[in-house]
Amino acid sequence: MIQFENVQKTYGKQVVLKDLNFTIEDGQFVVLIGKSGCGKTTTLKAINQLIPTDSGKILIDGEDVSKKNKAELRRHIGYVIQQIGLFPNMTVAQNIAVVPKLLKYDKAECDRIVRDMLKMVDMEEYAEKYPSEMSGGQQQRIGVLRALAASPPIVLMDEPFGALDPMTRDGLQNELKDLQKKLDKTIVFVTHDMNEALKMADVIIFMDKGEIVQMDSPEGFLENPANDLVKEFLGEHLYGAQTLTKVEDYMRKKVSTVHPSNGIHECAEMMARNSVDSLLVVDDDNKYIGTVEIGDFMHWGKGLKNIEPLIRQNERTVRMGEEAKESFDYLLETKANYVVVLDDQDHLMGIITKSSVAQNVATNLWGGENA
Amino acid sequence: MSAIWNTYGGALAKAIGVHLIYVVVAVAIGFVIGAVLGILLSRAPKISVIVLPILSVFQTIPGLAFIGILFLVIGMKPATVIIALAVYAIFPVLKNTYAGILGVDPKYIEAAKGCGMTDYQALRQVELPLASPEIIAGLRMSTIYTVSWAVLASMIGLGGLGDFIYQGTTSNNNTLILLGAIPAAILAILLGLIIDRLQKKLTPRGLQKEVNRR
Repeated sequence: MIQFENVQKTYGKQVVLKDLNFTIEDGQFVVLIGKSGCGKTTTLKAINQLIPTDSGKILIDGEDVSKKNKAELRRHIGYVIQQIGLFPNMTVAQNIAVVPKLLKYDKAECDRIVRDMLKMVDMEEYAEKYPSEMSGGQQQRIGVLRALAASPPIVLMDEPFGALDPMTRDGLQNELKDLQKKLDKTIVFVTHDMNEALKMADVIIFMDKGEIVQMDSPEGFLENPANDLVKEFLGEHLYGAQTLTKVEDYMRKKVSTVHPSNGIHECAEMMARNSVDSLLVVDDDNKYIGTVEIGDFMHWGKGLKNIEPLIRQNERTVRMGEEAKESFDYLLETKANYVVVLDDQDHLMGIITKSSVAQNVATNLWGGENA
Repeated sequence: MSAIWNTYGGALAKAIGVHLIYVVVAVAIGFVIGAVLGILLSRAPKISVIVLPILSVFQTIPGLAFIGILFLVIGMKPATVIIALAVYAIFPVLKNTYAGILGVDPKYIEAAKGCGMTDYQALRQVELPLASPEIIAGLRMSTIYTVSWAVLASMIGLGGLGDFIYQGTTSNNNTLILLGAIPAAILAILLGLIIDRLQKKLTPRGLQKEVNRR
């Protein structure tokens, strides 16, 4: 358990940490987030005393960190820095063994730790490589292993994935989350990326001007953002849910249409080609008339010149600008496959299908596609 | 050619030996002092801003004047030459050690501290290895300079390849000048090559790659 009690820090006249009070429970993944200069990194580095505080207490399992030998304290807290920071003069194995060696573990024990660590991320063959011989993603993986090597209960991470490309970052985030659960670590993680915070955190601590604005679960943040700055950080996650509510936001625009004068045979072929069982019928002006279904073709289609007699008007239609939610409810509650979207003059604009509903649910739960 | 060898061979071999001893001993002393001072100054960059310019002023005192003054104080002993050369050998090593350590990317020092290294452990395990290419470049510079400065030893009658050069210039004998100058040049090149080898051996593989990439 990490406790902050009235922690203060000033640089000259500038107050960096303003009377911080909070508690981090064991096994939690805590993300510190905020604008640059909000005090999140200072808070992180105060825990292992890389930045000493002016007043107040930071307690780890009840012990005041400022009263401990700094080097000794840090050997028992994992630390991953922003720009990887693997020692370039050491091999991967030597880098991983740095803290175990400082703790005077014997050679066999160090070797075992290196093996186990590399095995955990399937990188055994990299033991004798140097950092400069690996990609950024691989390097930071080793950076995380170095922090975990002496099995510290707490690991501090200062924007560890900030410099990586989105794909690599995504992969490492997943790995880290798995590792944290598997090894039951308390992780304190600094980021300025809300996506990362929402994805990783059990608890998010949002800071501004050295103070905690909000400390809550990711769900709590989405449901109840404390102020405008938090809302701004949540950005697309919130506004995504708020603005994308109209039918046109979810409508599929590319739909197969036919004219009443089209022949039955022709329409049946078109259905087969597009793997659908009904088609939308429009007139010369693209005005919606109705739909035709393959079942009707089978029963009554024989001998008919065109599809006109078979046009039905039992599909639900909505106008552009209406709330999408009603259509979603309709689709979920009935067996209908789609809702037809029309403009004011009955022109066909598109359809809303069940996959539109799925997209909406996904957006609300996890943010937009690019989250 | 063989006539020259018969006349000067023994003296030349002895002069090269004396010259080499001056260089090796003086550079060894200068290197240790320079490296230690460089490390100490790197711990206190604020003091260094004042100390380094003062030291570099001493560096501009002509070797001839310095060795003359030492001669008056100490007398005609090899120690005079060694001390004078060592003093000149200190500065390139000191400057490169200082700059090399300060040039280590702060992220490595933060990582070292964050892992729980003491200041001394961070210096030994991270800062010095990362600064080693630059420190050895300083050693190389010192060595090559010292080979040429050691010529001054003969000015106070203490031998070395300078003997041939001074005799040659005073007696207007070009052969003698070349007999002194060419071995001195070869000595400088050879010692430079040996240090290059040393550098390759001492520089960790991980760093060599990084250097090559730049």
